[in-house]
Amino acid sequence: MITFSVRGLRKSYGGVPAVREMDLDLRPGEILALIGPNGAGKSTCFNMMTGQVVPDAGSIRLFGRELIGLKPRQIWRLGVGRTFQITATFASLTVLENLQLALISHHHRIRALLARAGSLYRDEALALLRLVGMEPQADRPCSILAYGDLKRVELALALTNDPKLLLMDEPTAGMAPRERIELMRLVARIVGERNICMLFTEHDMDVVFAHATSIMVLNRGRLVTRGSPGEVRDNAEVQAIYLGSGAVYDADAVKGVA
Amino acid sequence: MAIRSVSAALGAMGVVASCLFSGPGRAAEPIKVGEINSYSTLPAFTLPYRNGWQMALEEINAAGGINGRPVEVISRDDNGKPGDAVTVANELLSRENVSLLMGTFFSHIGLAVSDVAKQRKVLFVAAEPLTDAMTMEQGHRYTFRLRPPTRPQVAVLVEEAAKLPAKRWATVAPNYEYGQSSVAVFKAMLSARRPDIQWVDEQWPAQGKIDAGATVQALARAQPEAIFNVTFGPDLIKLIREGNTRGLFEGKAVVSMLTGEPEYLDPLGAETVPGWIITGYPAAQIDTPEHKAFLKAYQAKYGELPKLGSIVGYSTMKSVAAILAKAGSTDTEKLVAAAAGVKVATPFGEITYRPEDHQSTLGLFVGKTAVKDGKGVMVDWTYKRGEDYLPGLAEVKARRPAD
Amino acid sequence: MEFLFSQFLTGLASASSLFLVASGLSIIFGVSRIVNFAHGSLYMLGAYIAYSLVEHSGLGGGNFWIALPVAALGVALLGLLLEVTLLRKIYHAPELLQLLATFGVVLVVQDAVLMIWGPEDLLGPRAPGLAGAVRLFHQAIPQYDLFLISLGPVVLALLWLLFHRTHWGTLVRAATHDRDMVAALGVNQASLFTGVFTLGALLAGLGGALQLPRGAVSHAMDLQIIVEVFVVVVIGGLGNVFGAFLAAIIIGELNAFGILVFPQMTLVLTFLAMAVILVVRPWGLRGKPQSLAHGAAVAGGRVLRRLPPAAGKAFLLVAVLLLALPWLGSGYALNVATEMAIYALFAASLHLLSGIGGMVSFGHAAYFGLGSYGAALAAKSLGLPMELALLAGPLTGALGALVYGWFCVRLSGVYLSMLTLAFAQITYAVAFQWSSLTGGDNGILGVWPSHWASGPVAFYYLTLVVCGGSILILRHIVFSPFGYTLRACRDSEIRADAIGIDARHHRWLAFILCGFFAGLAGGLFAFFKGSVFPDSASIGTSVDGLVMVLLGGIQTLTGPVVGAVIYTALRIFVSTYTDYWRAVIGVVIILLVVAFPQGIVAWTADRFQAWRAIRPAVKTKEKAA
Repeated sequence: MITFSVRGLRKSYGGVPAVREMDLDLRPGEILALIGPNGAGKSTCFNMMTGQVVPDAGSIRLFGRELIGLKPRQIWRLGVGRTFQITATFASLTVLENLQLALISHHHRIRALLARAGSLYRDEALALLRLVGMEPQADRPCSILAYGDLKRVELALALTNDPKLLLMDEPTAGMAPRERIELMRLVARIVGERNICMLFTEHDMDVVFAHATSIMVLNRGRLVTRGSPGEVRDNAEVQAIYLGSGAVYDADAVKGVA
Repeated sequence: MAIRSVSAALGAMGVVASCLFSGPGRAAEPIKVGEINSYSTLPAFTLPYRNGWQMALEEINAAGGINGRPVEVISRDDNGKPGDAVTVANELLSRENVSLLMGTFFSHIGLAVSDVAKQRKVLFVAAEPLTDAMTMEQGHRYTFRLRPPTRPQVAVLVEEAAKLPAKRWATVAPNYEYGQSSVAVFKAMLSARRPDIQWVDEQWPAQGKIDAGATVQALARAQPEAIFNVTFGPDLIKLIREGNTRGLFEGKAVVSMLTGEPEYLDPLGAETVPGWIITGYPAAQIDTPEHKAFLKAYQAKYGELPKLGSIVGYSTMKSVAAILAKAGSTDTEKLVAAAAGVKVATPFGEITYRPEDHQSTLGLFVGKTAVKDGKGVMVDWTYKRGEDYLPGLAEVKARRPAD
Repeated sequence: MEFLFSQFLTGLASASSLFLVASGLSIIFGVSRIVNFAHGSLYMLGAYIAYSLVEHSGLGGGNFWIALPVAALGVALLGLLLEVTLLRKIYHAPELLQLLATFGVVLVVQDAVLMIWGPEDLLGPRAPGLAGAVRLFHQAIPQYDLFLISLGPVVLALLWLLFHRTHWGTLVRAATHDRDMVAALGVNQASLFTGVFTLGALLAGLGGALQLPRGAVSHAMDLQIIVEVFVVVVIGGLGNVFGAFLAAIIIGELNAFGILVFPQMTLVLTFLAMAVILVVRPWGLRGKPQSLAHGAAVAGGRVLRRLPPAAGKAFLLVAVLLLALPWLGSGYALNVATEMAIYALFAASLHLLSGIGGMVSFGHAAYFGLGSYGAALAAKSLGLPMELALLAGPLTGALGALVYGWFCVRLSGVYLSMLTLAFAQITYAVAFQWSSLTGGDNGILGVWPSHWASGPVAFYYLTLVVCGGSILILRHIVFSPFGYTLRACRDSEIRADAIGIDARHHRWLAFILCGFFAGLAGGLFAFFKGSVFPDSASIGTSVDGLVMVLLGGIQTLTGPVVGAVIYTALRIFVSTYTDYWRAVIGVVIILLVVAFPQGIVAWTADRFQAWRAIRPAVKTKEKAA
């Protein structure tokens, strides 16, 4: 069964192609990494899938339903959870309130005037925070959280709508190395337990090769290759693209996790 | 007898207060008068006005007060807002226990205070507000007004305008009730007298925001032979300066409301255009004995010529004193009864508050502008008595609600 | 044809004057994000100083031409002082607090001018050498107009050179584009801001001094120009000098030609134009989309908390005191308390929109005014009793907000604020000119309460119940899912969108809700005062509301109520005892702003929390000792 499929996706800005002819499929349990050097088209690709950028051509389907033309909020309601490259949380709400609001929205109660939001979905919110390890900070405002903690709040937010697909734009950017591994292990566990699928972009090759079940490499808007981490690592073109970019990866680390 | 009724009127709280504060000297307990005006918003007019009533107040108390009691005026600023005027009116009535109210400049503020007077059944002697509505459509038992309103002011000018040969007329007036009703009345009255007249243009600059160059050009384009102006203050100054530069007024007759009042004429200085027909107040030239006495006292006290505001303030205070003296009481009903038909000596001569519409018969001066020593002056003036221009009994009956 | 040409020149001359003042305001806003209310005061000071220099310097002859630059420099110096002594202290305060501070400055300058130059209008001489007119195509064109027309482009060119050919100018442009980036580059922000503010003041002073030959110098000059200049800056696009130039020409010509076509529309023409332009171009003619963080800046990351138990007790005490007030105070005290309660509701409704919703309204009086007129007309024209007429107030307020809000929520930041102002002015103009319905500026009289509520005690209780209840409802809404949603849209629109929230839709609902409660306050106000006038929908009323919210603290819930009480008390009591109440209130506002940059309530709450944090430690120590 295919959860998510993209066909013939194209986008250019002022005649300059950012993404050309992108195809991909995602099945439950799959963790797909979208990698490539700066300007490869990862973010454009990502933003088309979340509804922020409208593609020039192609189709994006979730369980066979066309997503193109839908707004981000409509896509979210269909069961897509997402995180942002630069974290976007509600700074003047507490961590718990952030989660509660997302849950309130998921349950279609955002227009309620009489209920007390603070007592709604509290346990569910706390459970999600526990899952990402943020329960001890539930009552702190997001405006004073450390960046790595914000990333974890983002993950929790992305899970509030019981997603079938997780889209994560550089989920570990700005985090300390140990935090990165922890976070990605957590994500991998969630994906596995809930039997959902996930697509993420990432600069850190350790993260990518340790956790992705498959990898797509983009360069200048074009798909270079797609395959398992092992296949991609041995691909000559990929090595050429990354040669000199300073990105190295440790095969032992991959084995260690696998 | 008088003292007893005062206490009764003041009610229980007033009795307690007077016992506490005046002790044995109750005979000298002052009569409190509440006064409200736009001191901070319109200082150019209201500061001379305050000089006027303060001088009158001193005269009244120097002469032994009213029926042996001194008069005390408690004065408040209305911040130029009708809502605030209502607040201070309530404060004066509830906290200061004043016996009556006086003052106000702007029409809408005057109307707001007048409505409070009606609601709380207290006498209000309005000083300045020009709107006809005050004594006509919105008139009621408790409000009296000193100054001649828009209609007689216009009527006096129409008399002069009708004598002019000009047939093509344009008007320029600030875009609010005073400007609108002045123009409407002027057009109706003049057309009635001179059916041959054509109205070729009207301009309605926003009060205080005239685009003078554009307005002058628009007026010039219509090629009027005469212009009726209602703008005043900074707007008028801009209009005249632009008009002079562009030659608008050359060969044209101009009839202009209030321009001869020192408040508005003095700042014009050498820009004053000679030959305009105006209403106003030629302070230095009036030589009636009443006015000479007033002028001498005013100059001795303040070292400057009085403005029209000074006359209004002085006469309002004197009106209040006359009403209090005639009533022999501070009971509102007695005050109202006394105010109807009361005669008051003012620098412009004796006036009467007409019982039928509560309007005083204070008159106004009409004349022409001239330039003397680089200053604008009013010449060829005559005094027009209010009673000759106020609406007749039939019109009052038709427009003023019965009590 | 010739006439149209000369009318066009007249429009250009006005445009030049407008541009000088507007360019200064635009530059200041672009760099420091300060909504400088005092810009009109600097303009007025320029005119007064020039007048004194011409009349009293004894230089004779052509001294206007000397007075002009000297006055401009003098105002620049005042601007410098203002920046260094006041504004610099509050750059880290929430964004709108500077607006409050500059409003204090406006009040102080108004009274200072009255004290120094007296109440009369002053007329200076014509410009030496340019006193007459030249004939162009059979039309007399004032020479001074031609001078002004050429001055506009010259100043524009000089500013362009300054911004493109000097290092300092490049920094200013960079800061306008991205403030944080410039700070990150290690540029001394404080001196950059000082320089920009001084330049802006110089231009304002020059603009004012240039008015001297055109007409009287008067006390009302500041407020007359400030709104129009804001309109120009916003139409042009904030921070864009060339945009301001274009906008000034549009407004100048619109006024010049508008009076030929619609002579009765003088009150509203500029605001109609601004509304249309902003609806079509949400960032003005030449402006760039502002970062969406503007609304978030209002909150500043401060979390709203429900009251701690101790504060709950204090609240109960206040409630008991309010209920017992008729036994404690005089009729007048009740009167004042009634007014405070009405303004508190007005401020609370503005706070829900601006503080919680992040949509700062400069025109909240529109809904207050609509509510006043709705209630008054229901009572007077339809003859409804007070109880029913009071319902008409909130309904008209909500209806107005429904229409205006639909347009406003499509904008953001100061553009949104200025569109709310435009709608408020349009409302004001309708109230002012639709005499047959509203009575024009003579208003609607005789709107008194029903017999049972006509005494001060009864009306006080009525107001207390309605306003107190409404404020509690508003408070509850803030903590409801809808309130959370609004706060979320304010903090991060992109994240709100990503969790299924349609920000625009909810903001619109917030507008309607706030219009409802502002209208309710307006309706009560009508019956309280017994009459309704256009000034209930005026800019002054909108500004009062904003001052109340900011004074108490926009980031707290109790702030607006406390601000309303303090500001109303100040206005009523200070103006009872002195003509110079504006100066007194201005100084008080400035002192409060400097002392409590977060607002009075937020400051108190922070101190209280700090004290509670320390207290247990102290107690333990005492025990140990």
